[in-house]
Amino acid sequence: METSKADKVFEHLTRALGLLVLATALGGFVTLCILSWPSIKAFGLSFLWSRDWDPVANKFGALPFVVGTLATSFLALLMATPFSLGTGLFLTEYAPKKLKEVMGFMVELLAAIPSVIYGLWGIFFLVPLVRRLEMALNVPPYGVGAFTASLILAIMILPYATSVIREVISMVPRDLKEGAYALGATRWEVMRFVVLPYARSGIFAGIVLALGRALGETMAVTMVIGNRNEILKGLFAPTNTMASVIANEFTEATSRVYLASLVEIGLILFVITLLVNIAARVITERLKVNQEGFS
Amino acid sequence: MNKNLPRRLGKDRAATLVVFLLAIIPMVPLFLILLQLVMKGATSLNLQFLTSLPRPPGETGGGVLNAIAGSVILVTLASVMAVPTGILAGIYLAEYRDKILPHAIRVAADLLQGTPSIVIGILAYAWVVRPMHHFSALAGSGALAIIMLPVIVRTTEEVLVLVPKDLREAALALGVPRWRMILKVVLPTGMVGVTTGVLLSMARVAGETAPLLFTAFGNPFLSWKPTEPIDAMPLVIFNYATSPYPHWWRQAWSASLLLIAMVVLLNIAARLMARKIGGR
Amino acid sequence: MEEILKTRGLKAYYGEQEILRGIDMTIPRNRVTAIMGPSGCGKTTLIRCFNRMHEATPGARIEGKIWLEGKDLMSMNPIQVRRMVGMVFQKPNPFPTMSIYENVLAGYRLNGIKLKRQEEQRIVEEALKKAGLWDEVKDSLRRRGTFLSGGQQQRLCIARALAVNPRLLLMDEPTSALDPKATRRVEELIGHLKETVTVVVVTHNVAQAGRVADYTAFLYWGELIEFGPTSRLFTTPQDPRTEEYLTGKFG
Repeated sequence: METSKADKVFEHLTRALGLLVLATALGGFVTLCILSWPSIKAFGLSFLWSRDWDPVANKFGALPFVVGTLATSFLALLMATPFSLGTGLFLTEYAPKKLKEVMGFMVELLAAIPSVIYGLWGIFFLVPLVRRLEMALNVPPYGVGAFTASLILAIMILPYATSVIREVISMVPRDLKEGAYALGATRWEVMRFVVLPYARSGIFAGIVLALGRALGETMAVTMVIGNRNEILKGLFAPTNTMASVIANEFTEATSRVYLASLVEIGLILFVITLLVNIAARVITERLKVNQEGFS
Repeated sequence: MNKNLPRRLGKDRAATLVVFLLAIIPMVPLFLILLQLVMKGATSLNLQFLTSLPRPPGETGGGVLNAIAGSVILVTLASVMAVPTGILAGIYLAEYRDKILPHAIRVAADLLQGTPSIVIGILAYAWVVRPMHHFSALAGSGALAIIMLPVIVRTTEEVLVLVPKDLREAALALGVPRWRMILKVVLPTGMVGVTTGVLLSMARVAGETAPLLFTAFGNPFLSWKPTEPIDAMPLVIFNYATSPYPHWWRQAWSASLLLIAMVVLLNIAARLMARKIGGR
Repeated sequence: MEEILKTRGLKAYYGEQEILRGIDMTIPRNRVTAIMGPSGCGKTTLIRCFNRMHEATPGARIEGKIWLEGKDLMSMNPIQVRRMVGMVFQKPNPFPTMSIYENVLAGYRLNGIKLKRQEEQRIVEEALKKAGLWDEVKDSLRRRGTFLSGGQQQRLCIARALAVNPRLLLMDEPTSALDPKATRRVEELIGHLKETVTVVVVTHNVAQAGRVADYTAFLYWGELIEFGPTSRLFTTPQDPRTEEYLTGKFG
């Protein structure tokens, strides 16, 4: 009798802690809504479209940051995708076994480097480099700005996309590839007509997942984007992202509405990354169904 | 077909070259970062740097003892909060077959895992800093714990469902109550995998900066109290790197070298653990 | 014949599916009883009712009566039942995180029972000797149980079950994962075991039942078709289905 009571207690304990995880997520969403309420009430939907960010006049709009985040993230994705794909193919189909291990470890290392160290390297290496490029191109040589931020984001998200791509490519059935080789196809033709089409949706999921990472990335971006609260004026212009404006101004937010506006930006960021992650999940779920269909 | 063969082979060779280049180019920044970390970081990395507190800007010397101690305290506190909670919640997902709740918890864990760390910082601010009316190590480690939690929950579940049914039955047939079976047979069997997940999540939060900005906040003095603001390696790197003092920049590089050593060490430990699973 | 376990109208369900359709059966003490029948006939389910392991599966339930040494098994706590009734499974399943020594003591340690060191050593030696494994492992008790061969692992599992002095030892096709040589050793072992414990062994191998069992039950489609001394059942089966099974017409 006593033992089955202990069993019940243990079951309730684990369930309660499971509920804690659920409560953290739900409570987090509710907390963000409550804290941003003054801003939601004051600005309504215009918060999303307004480009004013004026702490003195207590007028706030998120558009510059939404644009900044989306622009840098998509640019980073554009830059990272071919390299992730190439690395994914190389690590599964091209590299000899020893090299595979070494490079696999290096890609993991790339993912393990803390964001703030990317930022440090960005400030002291990438920014001067971009400044030279800007001088050559005859644009104002800030060094910092959207382009630098995208560049560093591209390096940071590459390992995430690569690890997913690598996994889906390694799941392509061997007999499919061997069938194509047996017909006299070259390695590239096998990649082009068998491997990549088969792994297509998985590769897409990996890219979407990497996008989710880029959207929420804070420190490295904050350190090289220039932190200017105005809407993006050009590829090299300094601007701000949603994450970086929160990082920069949260401890300085003096008025209630100011703080609430920053939290509302956090809420928008939360919702956007949520949607992106759901999209990635839907793609991978569908992938699973497809593969069951194959076998 | 044969007429095309030279062209096809040429294309194949070109593609191989392109794939090789695409794979090798991302290694360049990695190489550069590591090289510069070692070259710029090693110069100021000495005993004084490890064992003394920061000096005011303008004065040379000084170290990051406060940040080293702070990072250790923050990660330890976060682990104390997240590891038992995460493992037990993972046990719930793996062992108890309720209808809807496990699904909801899994979705919540994935959602938390995808949430940007700066947003987690806002939550810790709302839940700990606001009620206490000041920044604290507790708030910082709370934020880190929220980041660790979903990783540990999901790894624990994944590892435990792989523990063979035979072992569970063997224990139950000896008259072992379920909870003891889980804690003494299932969990130890999956312990290597769970430990790997814990170490990886510790490595990740050791390098986190964003969630500490307005929770732990930073503190130029040595602090052991969980209710006081506290410094951390990533915070020091951020503050020094964005400061106007060349002396601090050098220290930021040294602190980064130290931080990356900590993170890589935790990663290697996790990899060795993972290899042990493979060997079994 | 002294009885140790008795069932009346025993029915077992898995969800809506009826696996056992009312079994009346009596197991004699200190004998080896074999339960045989074609696959899917409910043999394993039957012995899993004897230690209430059947209910450990979600959606499974039992109806009817079972008595163990005259006590109503269904009204007892399943955990208590399982400490009195040991079980050995198809596939050897030593605990991979434990040494041979710890595996034998698992029934105590996992239940939080603390023993003196000498007591532990006595139990380990005795159980391993009963399981015929002592001479092979006495010098490597601290090694992991998973380093042993399949047959040795199965005898380790038998030792683990015997260490807690069960009244009844259930064996679920204990040799089906073993090679012929290891199978012979386990079968010899079963013959010796009945001096100290009652054994119920499930097998789909008619010859094995003939070699090891004093009594044999023939189960078919969830019903007990025939039960009796092995020699009698094998030579003069009463039911045509038993005869068909014994002559290899099905299963």
